[in-house]
Amino acid sequence: MTMAPPTGPAGEPANSPPAGADNYLTHTRGFWSWALTLDHKRIGVMYLVGILASLVLGGVFALVLRTELATPGPTIMGFPPTLADKQPEASQALAGKQPVPPEATAQGKNLYNHIFTLHGAVMIFLVIIPGIPAILGNFVLPLMLGAKDMAFPRLNLASFYLWLTGAIFFVVTLHTGGLDTGWTFYTPYSTGAGHSAATSTSIVMAVLGAFILGFSSMFTGINFIVTVHKLRPPGMTWFRMPLFVWGSYATAVIQVLATPVLGITLLLLVAERVWKIGIFDPKLSGDPVLFQHFFWFYSHPAVYIMILPGMGIISEIVSVFSRKHIFGYRFIAYSSVAIALWGFLVWGHHMFVSGMSLRAATIFSALTFTVAIPSAIKVFNWLATMYKGAIGLATPMCYALVFIFLFGIGGLSGLFLGTLAVDVHVTDTYFVVAHFHYVMFGGTLVAMLAGLYYWWPKITGRMYNDRLGRLSAMVLFAGFNLTFFPQFILGTRGMPRRYFDYTKLLGTHPEFSMLHLLSTIGAFCTAVGFALVFYCLIESLVRGRRAPANPWGGATLEWQCSSPPPHDNFPDPPEVGDPYDFSDLEYDPSVGGFVRRTVPSGRP
Amino acid sequence: MSTHAEPRPEHPPPLAHHFRTPGQQFEAGKLGIWVFLLTEILFFGGLFCAYAVYRSIHPEVFLYAHQFLDKSLGAINTVVLLASSLTMAWAVRCAQLSQRRGLVLCLGLTLACAAVFLGIKAVEYRHKWQHGLKWAGQYDEGKVAAMLAELGEPPPGHTLPGSPPPPRDVGLFFSIYFAMTGLHAVHVIAGMGLIGWLLARAVQGHFSSDYFRPVDYVALYWHLVDLIWIYLFPLLYLIH
Repeated sequence: MTMAPPTGPAGEPANSPPAGADNYLTHTRGFWSWALTLDHKRIGVMYLVGILASLVLGGVFALVLRTELATPGPTIMGFPPTLADKQPEASQALAGKQPVPPEATAQGKNLYNHIFTLHGAVMIFLVIIPGIPAILGNFVLPLMLGAKDMAFPRLNLASFYLWLTGAIFFVVTLHTGGLDTGWTFYTPYSTGAGHSAATSTSIVMAVLGAFILGFSSMFTGINFIVTVHKLRPPGMTWFRMPLFVWGSYATAVIQVLATPVLGITLLLLVAERVWKIGIFDPKLSGDPVLFQHFFWFYSHPAVYIMILPGMGIISEIVSVFSRKHIFGYRFIAYSSVAIALWGFLVWGHHMFVSGMSLRAATIFSALTFTVAIPSAIKVFNWLATMYKGAIGLATPMCYALVFIFLFGIGGLSGLFLGTLAVDVHVTDTYFVVAHFHYVMFGGTLVAMLAGLYYWWPKITGRMYNDRLGRLSAMVLFAGFNLTFFPQFILGTRGMPRRYFDYTKLLGTHPEFSMLHLLSTIGAFCTAVGFALVFYCLIESLVRGRRAPANPWGGATLEWQCSSPPPHDNFPDPPEVGDPYDFSDLEYDPSVGGFVRRTVPSGRP
Repeated sequence: MSTHAEPRPEHPPPLAHHFRTPGQQFEAGKLGIWVFLLTEILFFGGLFCAYAVYRSIHPEVFLYAHQFLDKSLGAINTVVLLASSLTMAWAVRCAQLSQRRGLVLCLGLTLACAAVFLGIKAVEYRHKWQHGLKWAGQYDEGKVAAMLAELGEPPPGHTLPGSPPPPRDVGLFFSIYFAMTGLHAVHVIAGMGLIGWLLARAVQGHFSSDYFRPVDYVALYWHLVDLIWIYLFPLLYLIH
């Protein structure tokens, strides 16, 4: 640890901008100046607020699920108060410790299905798909490119309002209730007859919500692609772009190529439900497995929409906090594009047990193994960057290390699932749940937190308490592993996912009870970690010292403008150099951050 | 169509603050619209994929059911749409040459062609509707049989199915027919909205050789809508 960024209540740094200086936050005032803003930075901040609110909502659902699973039988959902009110005998049964009436258990099961569907749908569609591109991509990408804005500012604002509309559709299903298809909307769960009117409404609402969110995602993708192609300043060649830009660009390519297919699939699903067009209905010669093919043709590339920008963030942070040029720049850049394109060829590995020829399954399995190569390239390059670097363990770097560790486990467990013989045994068990959370939570969400902590001084102009930030990373890391590592064991021993009541499994597997309890305890530790994150960030807004332009010593262009940036980003076109050359930057205690040496001296 | 007497538009072509040059702005917009068209192709791609899957699983349904479609109306509609693409391309050229009257005329003709296309489509839909030729869930075998019995002899342009019994699940073909042509019609309607907006601006003289980006972009979209129909017509109407 050679470089520990200063924390605590230091005085105002000498040459930070004065409190009243014009920046994007103070440029104009009032509600409409935000609601109708075309400034990419403000749109990013609005996404930040919306997506963090959705994260809290999805997190509460997760806690409810884990609380329910803390004991084998019904824990909190078996006897809802509504039922007890309507049927006095139910509450008597509760009071007299008699067996729970079957209607109550059925209602509890339905509620459980409802909550896990909403947890998945909110977390996937509202949080981790838009998360990094919409918040950090929107805010940072034009700054990194030295541009004044995204190529299409109006389209950018429209995509935010599409996100908001989609979010409202999901929230409405909270009210109508009964959405129990799982976040994947598999047919025939989502088309089956015998649903109540409320469930039908909820399914149509949720599917339309996902459709609208798809447009939001596509518009963001179009904007990113055009911005990267057309708004780079003179001197910034493709291979002088920061790796976060490469990651975001590859993400945008997937958003543009994959999301429309989801759009048409969801439209067909709505038509199937409302008009019975029979495309997915075997009674009318349709094929429900076709829905799965369509769905995963989008949703497998979509997991790379989630992880690629996160990998971009880690590439930035690892290099900056090791004070060392990124190792294998071109390999990391090309591997992003390789993942983006290769990811379109492996969707079948979600369907090994859905009815697929052995030949197709073998091909998909083989392709799945090869798609792991570019991810491994990135991990090894990050490690090589850190090797003999001057590593500073500030909060963003702590999160980056958490990412590498958790993503490593998540990625390797993915290879088990890609192996046909193993997959048949662990399909639909907690092994899949654990794998998915290791890559999506341990990967994407942790990378998002890493990026948030890294660019927080730039976004808000305030430094947070670094010690608290590091503590939050440690608590999250411990809580996360306590939650999800037991689930790997549960899965390999045959615990199926989506079970509300596992009493009957305890006869042969008494250890399930203990493992589930551990997982629940871990979930609450994770919640404490998130509470620390929110406290740390909000406290910085109130009490944090003013951030210097370049608190971490990054060489990418966003650190050249003040914190927070002015409305137009760069008064003069910035000087474009190597984004990972730190030799000219040195720490200046009077500023509390890094400054560029005025007289260019020889290399140290 | 001389332009020398026409006053210049009052406002210069708008250059957004984040672009350095009008050329950069034009190229950005053009790339943006091309990427958008790519998403449109993939959007329809899902339906073409469903078509391919079901045609390979149930070829007999497609072979039988396509005979209920009116080839001559489909062919006329193809010609109408091709003509609209020509006038749209011409409109772009007029805008580039600052020919205001020509631009208004070409946009008007394009709009008219689009309306004719939708009118013919409506006639076709109404015919299907009346005779129970609807999607799988609503396909009415009784009505279809009644229509066949009533006709007895195929009218000109039709080759109605003969004695062998119809295959099962003919409605599947109409599910795909209505999904594909319906989605295409929605795109035609959206295109008409855009062309109407261009027409209103062209009448006010907004476009000139300095500023014709919107005409160019909408034309690209319109050509794609046309192109999709070029694929839909043989795939649905001309099955052998």
